[in-house]
Amino acid sequence: MITLTVNGDDRRIDADPDMPLLWALRENLGLPGTKFSCGVGMCGACMVLVDGIAMPSCVVQLGSVDGAVVTTIEGVAADGVLSPVQQAWIDEQVPQCGYCQSGMIVAATALLAENPRPSDRDIDAAITNICRCGTYPRVRRAIHRAAEAATGSGGDGR
Amino acid sequence: MSMRAGRLTRRAFLVTGAAVTGGLVVGAGYLSSIDMTGLDGFANADGTVGLNAWIRIAEDGTITFAVPHIEMGQGIFTALPMLIAEELEIRLDGGNIRVEHPVDELPVYANYTLALDMRPEEATGPLYWAAKKVFGIFPLIVTGGSTSVVGSWWPLRVAGASARLMLAEAAADVWQVPAGECFGEDGHIVHRPTGRRLAYGELARAASAKAPTPNPPLKPASAFRLIGKPTPRLDVPAKVTGEAIFGIDVALPDMVHAAIRQSPVFGGTVRSMDAGAVRSMPGVIEVVDLGDAVGVVADSYWQASRAVAALPVEFDDNGNAGGDSARFLADMHRALDATEAHAFRDDGDVDEILAASDRVVEATYETPLLAHACMEPMNCTALFRDGEAELWMGSQSPLIARWGAQSGAKLAGTEAESVTTHVPLTGGGFGRRADGDLARQAAALAASVPGRPVKLIWSREEDIRHDTYRPHAVSRFRAALGLDGLPLAWDNRVVSQSLDRSYGDRNLPVGGGNPAKDHFSVEGAVDPAYAIPRARVELVDHATPVPIGFWRSVGHSNSAFFVESFVDECAHAAGIDPLLYRRGLLAGRPRHRKVLDMLAERSQWGRPLAPGRGRGVALHTAFRTIVGEVAEVTVGVDGALSVDRVVCVVDCGTVINPDTVEAQMEGAILFGLTAALHGEITIEEGRVAQSNFYDYRMLGLADAPAIETHIVPSGEPPGGIGEPGLPPALPALANAIFAATGQRLRALPISKSALRVA
Ligand code: FES
Ligand code: FES
Repeated sequence: MITLTVNGDDRRIDADPDMPLLWALRENLGLPGTKFSCGVGMCGACMVLVDGIAMPSCVVQLGSVDGAVVTTIEGVAADGVLSPVQQAWIDEQVPQCGYCQSGMIVAATALLAENPRPSDRDIDAAITNICRCGTYPRVRRAIHRAAEAATGSGGDGR
Repeated sequence: MSMRAGRLTRRAFLVTGAAVTGGLVVGAGYLSSIDMTGLDGFANADGTVGLNAWIRIAEDGTITFAVPHIEMGQGIFTALPMLIAEELEIRLDGGNIRVEHPVDELPVYANYTLALDMRPEEATGPLYWAAKKVFGIFPLIVTGGSTSVVGSWWPLRVAGASARLMLAEAAADVWQVPAGECFGEDGHIVHRPTGRRLAYGELARAASAKAPTPNPPLKPASAFRLIGKPTPRLDVPAKVTGEAIFGIDVALPDMVHAAIRQSPVFGGTVRSMDAGAVRSMPGVIEVVDLGDAVGVVADSYWQASRAVAALPVEFDDNGNAGGDSARFLADMHRALDATEAHAFRDDGDVDEILAASDRVVEATYETPLLAHACMEPMNCTALFRDGEAELWMGSQSPLIARWGAQSGAKLAGTEAESVTTHVPLTGGGFGRRADGDLARQAAALAASVPGRPVKLIWSREEDIRHDTYRPHAVSRFRAALGLDGLPLAWDNRVVSQSLDRSYGDRNLPVGGGNPAKDHFSVEGAVDPAYAIPRARVELVDHATPVPIGFWRSVGHSNSAFFVESFVDECAHAAGIDPLLYRRGLLAGRPRHRKVLDMLAERSQWGRPLAPGRGRGVALHTAFRTIVGEVAEVTVGVDGALSVDRVVCVVDCGTVINPDTVEAQMEGAILFGLTAALHGEITIEEGRVAQSNFYDYRMLGLADAPAIETHIVPSGEPPGGIGEPGLPPALPALANAIFAATGQRLRALPISKSALRVA
């Protein structure tokens, strides 16, 4: 039995400890917002925060995160209020198909937590998620916008 | 728990997919014509009212639109509601709008534009009549060919206007006033002389009994409130909260999961498998031989994928293990000199002019196979019971899915008399989801556990190795230039593998078309906008066992690279600026010239660049839309390439949602650049050598250029938008590299060539 705190709730999962966290979230806990795409840790569609750190959940074994605090896309908004990143994503109309966007938003959330005013170079280095629809230009704009909203002044990092 | 199929078929996905509506846009009866006669209203058992096949209104004012096109990122769940809302006189931001892909496959939803290559408002004559008959039996609901807005532009505004008039008549009855004094306004009918108002929700039931007005008058463009205004997408909020439900997220009571392993060699089949070896693995329910693949059904996807990986299986390659990309390429080059070729165009005298000319430019180009690599892996959930199949899948065509499911049932030794398909949101399609393979496999797997829904998910490795690929092609040109440097004659021979044959053989009851005359192989090459006095364009088909499919922009992705690279070579041979050269070939093409002129201005075409930098231009027309692009690159002294900027000018006629046009241009350009820079699927020993994103590379954020899109204002009817931005991206990039380095790249991907600054 694995115990996790997921989006603030204590959850117990009875599953193979070798199983990737991704599938536990999607199938055992009914949180399908975290997506499967490459399964090998390359694309970021499955990104979640594990103890505050963005990780590809498709290559994180369930047994290795026993006791961890996990935040998925479903937990990014607090009490139904969109986070600044989510709001910026709407304002910039980022998503196309939307499939990569859960992971993008989680990665951007982690970036801004660590670096509230990222430059374009910081964004280049931090956001390695793949988007087949080509939303990158808007992702960049939305991260700057979220940074501005959260820090309350014009961005200068471009 | 048990579930009745009857209840399930009453389900449809909302944009969020989380909730299901009780009633569907069903029971409209046979809407007999795309010219909109018979847009009758109807009442649903749940109290909602349908005013026609696209619009359903609940008493509380909730309005549900049926959009018979899959939302795969192109914004169609917003663009088509905008068309209806414009005439229905409602707002889209009031929180009362739902959009769903209808489950009922009504003939009126058929895609005439794609099938007939006509706008519905132009569709008359015997071909149209015949199509109506055929679609009465097989409603060809399909999303593809960038046709959704083109084909809906007129019918959906008519649907909105017709519904509004029915509501106005119902209000006129209540007030006992002439209907002509009643107007639609923000979800209400207003009696202008007295200012009385009634909400659509209150009027819908009475309105549904009214006879629709045939050919209701439509607003002039000058009166548009919504069309042409940047409009927030209706599907975006659910896509930032994780609530959006994609095919892979479908959760049904009692559902089980499946994973699959297909014959690595194309055309291979299962010789033997040892099901017993994995039956006792945790969670395993069934092990199924699918003929060319093996599948495992288990309690969870993880268990299914582990078991299918462990399953001992031997495949027969059926003589196809010799397939090899290097050999295919050599064969294709040889076929350039084949004695037999089909001429799609031959203006005559081409050989004579070439023979007499002392200014002949000649070049041969090649492109590789490409995979779609949709971010949402291929998947399909199927439920099979008592001869009925029910599917949940991101399908670009429910009709193709139905045929796929029926063939899957046969494979399992049974029959699917009826197939119901639910189409949720999907994580990219790009043409891949127009195939029936997933429906076939999922239905066969579901037949092994009747009564339980089975969700089949392919791994990324299966996706890359069993895609339906963009065809590889080789194209040779010879042009004789006149004294002014412009071509007098143009000879183009294309060798490619037929999409029509490959796709048809896999998916259509009638099979594929004649590969020797496959128009997809030469579309965009036969009729470039340029005035070329004498042209000959021929095709030689090159068959291989590799499955070929529709890939974003289809034949244009090859043709634009070939034609626009060669035009560039001609311009340089003639010593004329490549943009001016193109302009010189566009006399009598004002829309094209306007695109080029705007492009020259916005890209600051003439402005000098530092050494190692270069600009390339390309112009291409596809899917009724003209797109010009200028790429700007820097090649470092170490040969490192960076794509700095792409400027795009698009003339797509009337624009519905300008923000979506920009997004689609950005997406298509990055899709094209990914292909140009990295895209290559190779075949070794009959199988695909690549398997995941580490060897089938995608452009990342750090390498994505800045993109500027400019839209040419136009009152022409709309063109397509999902695909036309892609084709020019490849030659614009190659032409920019030439400008920067003097190296002419004639084979894609560019990553195969070492770049050096001259
Ligand atoms: S699915 Fe986990 S990184 Fe791609
Ligand atoms: S929005 Fe479709 S993959 Fe990113």
